[in-house]
Amino acid sequence: MNAINESILTWILLVPIVGALLIALLPDRGKLSAWIALLTAVVSFGLTLHLPAHFIVGHAGFQFEINKQWIDSPAIFYHVGVDGLSLWLVVLTGLLAPVGVLASWNAIKERPKVFYSLFLVQQTAMFGVFVSLDLMVYYGFWELSLVPMAILIAMYGRKNGPKAAIKFFLFTFIPSAPLLVAILWIYAQTRTFNFSELQILLASGSLPAGALFWVALAFLFAFAVKVPVFPLHGWLADSFSEAPVAIAMIIAGKLGLYSMLRFHVGLFPVQTRAIAPVLIALTVIGVLYGACLALVQRDYWRVIAFATLSHFSLTTLGIYGLTLTGRDGAIYQTLNDGVIEGALFLLLGVLDTRYANSQIASFGGVAAKLPRTATFFVITMLAMAGLPMLNGFIGEFLILSSTFTEISKGWAIAAALTIILGAAYVLWLVQRLFYGSESKMTIDTPAADLRLNEWVALVPLAALMLVMGIAPSIWMRAIESSVTQPQVKQTAESPRLAVGALEEAAR
Amino acid sequence: MNPADSLRILPEIILTIVGVLVMLIDASLPPGMTRRPMGWVAAVGTTIALWASLWQLNLGTGTGFFGAVETSPFTVFFHVLICGIVLVAILLALDTLPEESHHQGEYYALIVFGAVGMCLLTSAVELLVVFIALEISSISTYILAGFRKRTAQGPEAAIKYFLLGSFATAFLLYGIAMIFGATGTTQIYEIAQRATGAQNHSLVVLALMLMLVGMLFKVSAAPFHVWTPDVYEGAPSPVVALLSTAPKAAVFALLLRVTYEMLPSLRSIWAPLLWVVAVASMTIGNLAALRQQNVKRMLAYSSIAHAGYLLAAFAGAGSSGIAAAAFYTAAYAAMNVGVFAVVTLASGYDEHLPLVRDYRGLLYRSPLLGILLVFFLISLVGIPFTGGFFGKFYALSAAVGGGAIALAIIGLLNSGVAAAYYLRFAFAAAQGPAEGEEPNRISLPQVGIAVMAALAFTTGATLWLGIMPNSLLRAAELAAHTLQVPPSDAPTSDTNPRQQPLP
Repeated sequence: MNAINESILTWILLVPIVGALLIALLPDRGKLSAWIALLTAVVSFGLTLHLPAHFIVGHAGFQFEINKQWIDSPAIFYHVGVDGLSLWLVVLTGLLAPVGVLASWNAIKERPKVFYSLFLVQQTAMFGVFVSLDLMVYYGFWELSLVPMAILIAMYGRKNGPKAAIKFFLFTFIPSAPLLVAILWIYAQTRTFNFSELQILLASGSLPAGALFWVALAFLFAFAVKVPVFPLHGWLADSFSEAPVAIAMIIAGKLGLYSMLRFHVGLFPVQTRAIAPVLIALTVIGVLYGACLALVQRDYWRVIAFATLSHFSLTTLGIYGLTLTGRDGAIYQTLNDGVIEGALFLLLGVLDTRYANSQIASFGGVAAKLPRTATFFVITMLAMAGLPMLNGFIGEFLILSSTFTEISKGWAIAAALTIILGAAYVLWLVQRLFYGSESKMTIDTPAADLRLNEWVALVPLAALMLVMGIAPSIWMRAIESSVTQPQVKQTAESPRLAVGALEEAAR
Repeated sequence: MNPADSLRILPEIILTIVGVLVMLIDASLPPGMTRRPMGWVAAVGTTIALWASLWQLNLGTGTGFFGAVETSPFTVFFHVLICGIVLVAILLALDTLPEESHHQGEYYALIVFGAVGMCLLTSAVELLVVFIALEISSISTYILAGFRKRTAQGPEAAIKYFLLGSFATAFLLYGIAMIFGATGTTQIYEIAQRATGAQNHSLVVLALMLMLVGMLFKVSAAPFHVWTPDVYEGAPSPVVALLSTAPKAAVFALLLRVTYEMLPSLRSIWAPLLWVVAVASMTIGNLAALRQQNVKRMLAYSSIAHAGYLLAAFAGAGSSGIAAAAFYTAAYAAMNVGVFAVVTLASGYDEHLPLVRDYRGLLYRSPLLGILLVFFLISLVGIPFTGGFFGKFYALSAAVGGGAIALAIIGLLNSGVAAAYYLRFAFAAAQGPAEGEEPNRISLPQVGIAVMAALAFTTGATLWLGIMPNSLLRAAELAAHTLQVPPSDAPTSDTNPRQQPLP
């Protein structure tokens, strides 16, 4: 078992790449590449399940750690590991891989080889981001994750793919320029890229505070664009309306939110504290702004884009409230959003492939034609609106209650308006798409209800929404164990923290 | 001079013999006969020269011919690089040069003679030899640039390159004369020792400036870049693959020598100058490339921008800067030769696909070429796990290490701008042909064994540098250490410059 524990992360990173190579090398015959992709995705999901099965709750620090020298100068290590923070995100990424393949099963008709191999490369890049503990390796995967996304948006865009792809790429690539400079600067000062060592070194206060402020800002900027945080969300709506479904479900959120928690809050507690008020204000604005814009969109991809902006802003609020509850809530909400967005994009993809139209006004009364789609859509939308007993509720509740009790009542009340606005845009969207009188398009276009592949992908997601809403403790135990690490708790006691962490390192 | 000295220029001797051989055989073959085997002779000769350069490591660091040429890990690094580029360029030409009515024999001979000059340029430590080497390489490349003489742009390219290039060489020569006037010698180590104590300091500074102009012209750094797009557009693509990499590598080696080895005492002057040139090259190159529709002009501006990234490494102090510059030269060579190889193959020798939008659908028409094109473009953007990433990474981390943080940020922002036009090109290849347009004009190229080898070589190198940069980096660092002259405050008069101690 030990041998597996010590190599599982390498396998998780390698399996999708191997699948991608296999698809690229084998001939393009029928559904062959889709089947290989599905098989690879299922295998890699199975591998990720090994992590929670053997994760020791309450064990501080990283587990399944691998640390091998890769390049001597500068000293870059192949250093990977997971803790409570990244554990479930890795599993979620694993889960969304087969979902993504199934969602693309009928939608991707042309050049499936290119699509599936790039999709699997994307998978590796995302796993890499979540498990890397060496800043350079992390940066490598972070950048790598942009490329397949951009190419897939360009190639499989609905109307204007290349334009949206370039916008997406520039929006996310340019902020990583300061990020790389910041990482290099840290290396020039400390001679290490190792996350755990840097945590201690940066907390010790030996680096110039003025420069650190800018370094932390560079980190934050790169992550905030990727989340996105208001006002850096310019790329989101275009990418959502152009991206193929399997890519749209993973394009926003997770990567940026995780990176914020790990590399901004985790590495720069003092600077985080200084900038948190600004972020709290921005995220509350983002929450309301996104919700309001979602109400007035005519295209359902854009509704979801702004709803997403609102949701991820709320999650970011949980992170920068710097309270333990808020942080737990933020991590949990990141997982929730992953599940919800997965289902939501799949369902909208169903509508898009059936009707080849995304104007809400053209729809109406679809529920009569596609009853199962409607059922799943309603469940997903209710989860998104934060209905109790479904997963969206727990995360929102934790975030808002921690904001209310520990930060500011005003901000909390303002942000809580999103519950009302959220319910409004969600229910209105459901009503306009699925209910009401049947529109001309709905009557004229023959459409089939959920196919087997879509069914198979949706059922586990819907089940998860329910289970995550009823029994959050399954997930929370591991998440909380990571939060009890000293890193966020008290920055005022940094000397003690450094000593504690050093002792830990010595052990 | 002793006979062993000739071993110090062994690769150059081999290349010269091969070049002469190719010309002689070419002249003695009957007119109608194919000249293609000449290409194989040249390729084999270049490979032997490459091994000979590697073998030179056994000689140990030292100079020959009364301190005129040097062999050291530094020279071996650049020799191997240049021979590698030349080899790929020859392989590329083997399958793409039209068979008839083209002076194929001369073509290969000129490439090989050019390689002689470039190799000699990297090993020369005597400024007059530097000048001769530069002339040898330049004259060959001037002719090669005009090889498509039946098109309008061909002769224009050659004449432009020749006239401006000659001016640049004149500047360099003028600088050499000045420095001789100031220090009384043209031997680089001796200049390094005397320059600090030279009475007419201003003359040394002037000489430095003039030499910089000459060299920056050759590497097409802004503001001496105006010739680049015209020449690249007019010259045949396989020649541009060579032109945009090998002579630049050689001149960058010279630039490293002049700055770090010959005049390290004037760092306070050349470092800010190169800072400005680096920023100007990146910015002008990238902004101009954004607007280009012509593929070769776009890649020409991109090469200007890459010269800028490379110059950013010069902000790095000591050996880190040199190693980063050497690494970047190699990484850039691999990916740029690669991208030109793909362009040559897709577009053919007579270039029936001049514009970016002509490449629409390349990925479907020829998946191999399409994927390789996207791969090389991604590497040029500087995405991790490709050679381009580590090149940029080392260059900019050298700059950050040397305190030039602003330069690094400008460089990275520029690479964001660059991503826009590289991706536009890549996406064009990935896009289906537009509605109502005639089905694409891309004819499937004949991919022969030589071109396959060239593609495998460049792809392999780009991937290898992106995943396992360690080995090349070590070589670059070793090269960097041999370049460092002993500190100028050491006892000078009695040390023999010909015997450089091993680090």
